[in-house]
Amino acid sequence: MGLRRVVRHSAWICWKDLLEFSRSKLRMVMLVLMPLFMMMMVGFIFPTGDSISQQPIALANQDLAVNGTSLGDSFVAQLEAVNEQTGMMDLSDAVGFDDIKSKIQDGEVMGGIIVPSTFTSDILAGRQGNITVLTDQSNPQMSATMQSVLTQVIEQMGFLMAEQNLNQTYGVSLEQAPAVLKPYNVELKGIVPGDPNYFEFVAPGIMAMVVMMSLMTGLPHAISYEKDMGTLDGMLAAPTSRWAIILGKVMAQSSTGLIQGFIILLLSVLLFGVSIQGSILLVLLLIILTVFSFVGLGILITSFADKEETATMVMMTLMFPMMFLSGVFFPIQQMPSFMQTLASFLPLTYAADALRKVMVLGAGTEAILTDVLVLAVFGSVLLAVAVPMFKKAMSR
Amino acid sequence: MSDVAITATRLTKKFGDFTAVDHISFNVEKGEIFGLLGPNGAGKSTVIRMLSTLSTSTEGSATVAGFDVRKEAAKVREHIGLVSEKMIMYDELTARENLTLFGKLYDIPSDVLEKRIGKLLDFVRMQQWADHRIDTFSTGMKQRINVIRALVNQPEILFLDEPTLGLDPQSTAEVRELVRRINIENRTTIILTTHMMTEADMLCDRIGIIDRGKIVAMDTPAGLKRSVSGSDAALFEFEIPNLDSNILSSVKSTGSVSSVVQDDPTHIKVSSVGDDSFDILVDVLRKNGAQIRTVRNLEPTLEDVFLKITGHEVRDEVAKAPVPQRRGGPPGMRPKKRVR
Repeated sequence: MGLRRVVRHSAWICWKDLLEFSRSKLRMVMLVLMPLFMMMMVGFIFPTGDSISQQPIALANQDLAVNGTSLGDSFVAQLEAVNEQTGMMDLSDAVGFDDIKSKIQDGEVMGGIIVPSTFTSDILAGRQGNITVLTDQSNPQMSATMQSVLTQVIEQMGFLMAEQNLNQTYGVSLEQAPAVLKPYNVELKGIVPGDPNYFEFVAPGIMAMVVMMSLMTGLPHAISYEKDMGTLDGMLAAPTSRWAIILGKVMAQSSTGLIQGFIILLLSVLLFGVSIQGSILLVLLLIILTVFSFVGLGILITSFADKEETATMVMMTLMFPMMFLSGVFFPIQQMPSFMQTLASFLPLTYAADALRKVMVLGAGTEAILTDVLVLAVFGSVLLAVAVPMFKKAMSR
Repeated sequence: MSDVAITATRLTKKFGDFTAVDHISFNVEKGEIFGLLGPNGAGKSTVIRMLSTLSTSTEGSATVAGFDVRKEAAKVREHIGLVSEKMIMYDELTARENLTLFGKLYDIPSDVLEKRIGKLLDFVRMQQWADHRIDTFSTGMKQRINVIRALVNQPEILFLDEPTLGLDPQSTAEVRELVRRINIENRTTIILTTHMMTEADMLCDRIGIIDRGKIVAMDTPAGLKRSVSGSDAALFEFEIPNLDSNILSSVKSTGSVSSVVQDDPTHIKVSSVGDDSFDILVDVLRKNGAQIRTVRNLEPTLEDVFLKITGHEVRDEVAKAPVPQRRGGPPGMRPKKRVR
């Protein structure tokens, strides 16, 4: 059977699949909606510093004035001034610990700040003035963010106060004061312009994931659906190579996968402010390589599963770990080491990593060579295993 | 040898421990309509699947259009058309698109294919529906397109697996007429499976009765019926309201009568030999004062043939057959479903 004949047949099968696809309005709408939902979902669900605004916080100022001066009052005034600018908190008055505790339990406030009664006297006596920050432990994500934000604000305020003290007490100039107080300073600088952005982190991963999903769900579904419907028999009874059937299906599924990948790319740039640093051509080639690396897996599932439902179950079982372990949503480096080892066996890890390097960091071919090699080998090996399995499964 | 379209020699298919087709041998002549008749689960569909290269045999061999189904599967595929139990069509595509896709899988050049599709649509009077989607058709219309789809490569041999299953009486009649026309007008050899005696009787030149994976009888419909009644005896049923022992014994002692069975107080079945046997019977009955209310000529049906040969009536074997070990078993054992 000539190669040209196989390609010609597969083109007709692909034509048929895409025609079927285009006739279903719902599937066409989903083609666009799915990537959009995906981006919105993962882009917005995690709290970030920026997303904290107008959080209800209870403030209890218990400070007792010494000789008519209350440093607590001036602390609160400063805090309110800072909050005026950032708009992070919606401050409300509270009496003390028990009051704030019940307010947190009632869900009235997200956290609390207590200025203790000894605040002024401690400072005047040359001790540190303690500020207590209360957090809602039932909400770890939020409480961690609140904690770091409040700590930062309060430390910053303390730092300013110290600068002034140095200046007034020891005559150190305000320009020199920071160097005396904090000899080491950290300056954050990315290797490409722009601030780190969670969308930039997830967009490449989601692109790889959507391509993976369209092959892993689409391919087994497309073939086992035709098997269940009986239409596959028509193709098998025709003088058409089994290769042509697989190739046709892969071509059709890859096309929809690629379209979704590009919709994500487009949405990321237009709606979510992601800028692509690297070469678009390289991104395109990487997406095609990702398609190749998952084709074998898709065919393998198809060969194992006799029915559509079975295929769906097998695919779900494989796909979810891949989605969460491959560093699409969370950096792999955050995971415990055994999970990192596990992640290193998943092709999606490499696809997401390569795409991210190119899109976010503007890396060239050399930087992603390992990723490319792993994907190519993974794809080839699985394809070599899957095709004979598929042929066997088809001629029962 | 050149007159033979299909040969099957000890063809066997096992699914795990379950033998779906058990050493079946038969020939199909060129130009004939050969029927495989049997209950659901008898192995008919599995035979069709092996002959149409969809399934590989566990044992035995078969040639279709002169080619070995295992060694020359690709050659076989070029010469056959398949109408499977489930319709081989894509609902979202139009009739023409479906026909085009399959035509292209047979490498038919576009200009030839276009003309051929036009002719086939004319053949089933569906020309005006060519560019309508399949899912807008009635089941009968779908099946007409499904049948001509199998003819798109002008096959020498057409496989029809339960072609009228799930169709209403009118569509059933249409499809049967279509099958006959394909056989006569195109000289296409047809092998069809059915569990309906009447269908096999109406359409087939020869019938193989298949039960539990084995061919238990093979002959023309007339020959099969003769094998039940024995020689050329005719069987009559008389309804006689005043039936008594006197009448009964007079019938029994008539020379041409071979056997008499009394079903109930007013009915007797008489088997008699000879061209004038009916006249003689009526004379004997009248002479003995019998009032004949009704007479029926009981020609044996294929139901009788099946009952006599297999010892059980035609019925679905699903409940009795052992559960196949692998992948849902032979196609015949899955629930029948035509409409989708």
